[in-house]
Amino acid sequence: MTGTAQARPPAFLPNWPVRLAWLVLAAYVVYATSILDVSWGRFVLGLENGAKFIGRMLPPDTAPDKMVLMARGLYETLEISVISSALGILLSLPIGLFAARNLMPAWVTWPMRLFIALCRSFHQVIIAILFVKAVGFGALAGILALTVASIGFIAKLFAEAIEEISLKQVEAIRATGASFLNVITYGVMPQVLTRFVGFATYQFDSNLRNSTMVGIVGAGGIGGTMFAAFQKFDYDYLLTILIAIVAMIMVSEALQNWIKKLYQ
Amino acid sequence: MSTAAIDREWKRYTPRQRLARFALYFGLVFAVVASLRTVQIIPEFLYDAHEQIADLFKRMWPIAWSFYPRGVHDALIETLHIATLGTILAIVMALPLGLLAAHNITPHTGLNYVAKLLLVSSRSVNSLVWALLFVAIFGPGALAGTMAIAFRSIGFVGKLFGEALEETRPGPVEALKAVGAPWTSIYIKGYWPQVEPAFWAIALFRWDISVRESAVLGLVGAGGIGMAINAAMDLFQWERVALMLVAIFAVVIIAEIVVTTIRQKII
Repeated sequence: MTGTAQARPPAFLPNWPVRLAWLVLAAYVVYATSILDVSWGRFVLGLENGAKFIGRMLPPDTAPDKMVLMARGLYETLEISVISSALGILLSLPIGLFAARNLMPAWVTWPMRLFIALCRSFHQVIIAILFVKAVGFGALAGILALTVASIGFIAKLFAEAIEEISLKQVEAIRATGASFLNVITYGVMPQVLTRFVGFATYQFDSNLRNSTMVGIVGAGGIGGTMFAAFQKFDYDYLLTILIAIVAMIMVSEALQNWIKKLYQ
Repeated sequence: MSTAAIDREWKRYTPRQRLARFALYFGLVFAVVASLRTVQIIPEFLYDAHEQIADLFKRMWPIAWSFYPRGVHDALIETLHIATLGTILAIVMALPLGLLAAHNITPHTGLNYVAKLLLVSSRSVNSLVWALLFVAIFGPGALAGTMAIAFRSIGFVGKLFGEALEETRPGPVEALKAVGAPWTSIYIKGYWPQVEPAFWAIALFRWDISVRESAVLGLVGAGGIGMAINAAMDLFQWERVALMLVAIFAVVIIAEIVVTTIRQKII
């Protein structure tokens, strides 16, 4: 009999484990919300506070003495991000190279990879706390903290980029009897330079954002001024600083796009 | 016979490109030199830096392990809750924005632009600044931290999700439209299966970042282990700070292992 309709399995089978996972997720949200003391009443009260907060922020404070203070803070923030990026990029080049497993023996790569992992594992602000203790308040602590963070990021990605290169070109350069440095300069670097520029510009952007924060723990830059304004309930000045920071970051993003286009 | 047409020397970049590159190198060197010349570093602080570092480690040792059940465990769990709940909240809010930002789903340039502007503004404010704002609104505590993580993550999740949506193939969607499927089916059976791997990858990646970030939110009063660190530092209890740093390190490593394992299983 060929004419009868055969029972076909449904096209989209219900996936019970996935449905169960969604249920567990929903249960977790309810449980975590109850633990964190998030209630509707508190939320409504928060909205009221928020309206008051925004009311006190407007209009932004543009008193000349405060603008001078802010300009000085922003300039220091720029200094911190430029120096820490430059240091981080310079140090990441050899560290990333030594951490690449296709070019170096294991006894070199392992300590390097461990060092990179250590640099990456803590948030910049926590590293900044430790450096404030070590070298005192001021820009130097911020520079060192962000340098460490830059190494953690760039060196890791740089090492991964080197591990993905084609070894044929390296072999070709080696076959000509080139020295180790020549192999790196003509066999490895041309293959990874574009990506390295990408990492470096990204890290500069990230350093710029974070250098506005390290000031909260006393490591220099605009963050200190901002946190002081917050603690003194000087909210209209806080808004001025926030606008300035966002404007600075947008300018940096435009600059970044220009650099990326240049190296495509 | 003139050979001008073939005598031209080949150059890799146009003069304009070369000029732009030169300007970039010059600008970079200028920025570094100018920063190095004017940055305020107090050399007196540097003379005893090695003593200070030695002193720091001496004070951190022995690590106050016995303090863990009393003062660290609850704060650590709270940090994890802040990170997880904040990420979930961010995903819920970022999905509509991602849909609005994707040009093939919302064929309206104005709406795309508005959505992208919202996503950019969420990303350009640091999570600590978000925390400051929410502490002012909700008062100190985990609620402010959760909101800070959520608002910081919206931009990240929304941008990547929108980009994943824009990369979907129109084939399955057109097939569904051709058989007259309702719009819900088009989204659930046409778009969702194509972006699902990207979605989980984005969610896991963001959760990993959120765990790291939620550890410091407490420095401005937004709950979690950062508040415990701040309190211990104000009292110069460095052996407790050391314990908390070890705890954060362990949690970050565990989070990374969890993310890697889940990613291998579902993607």
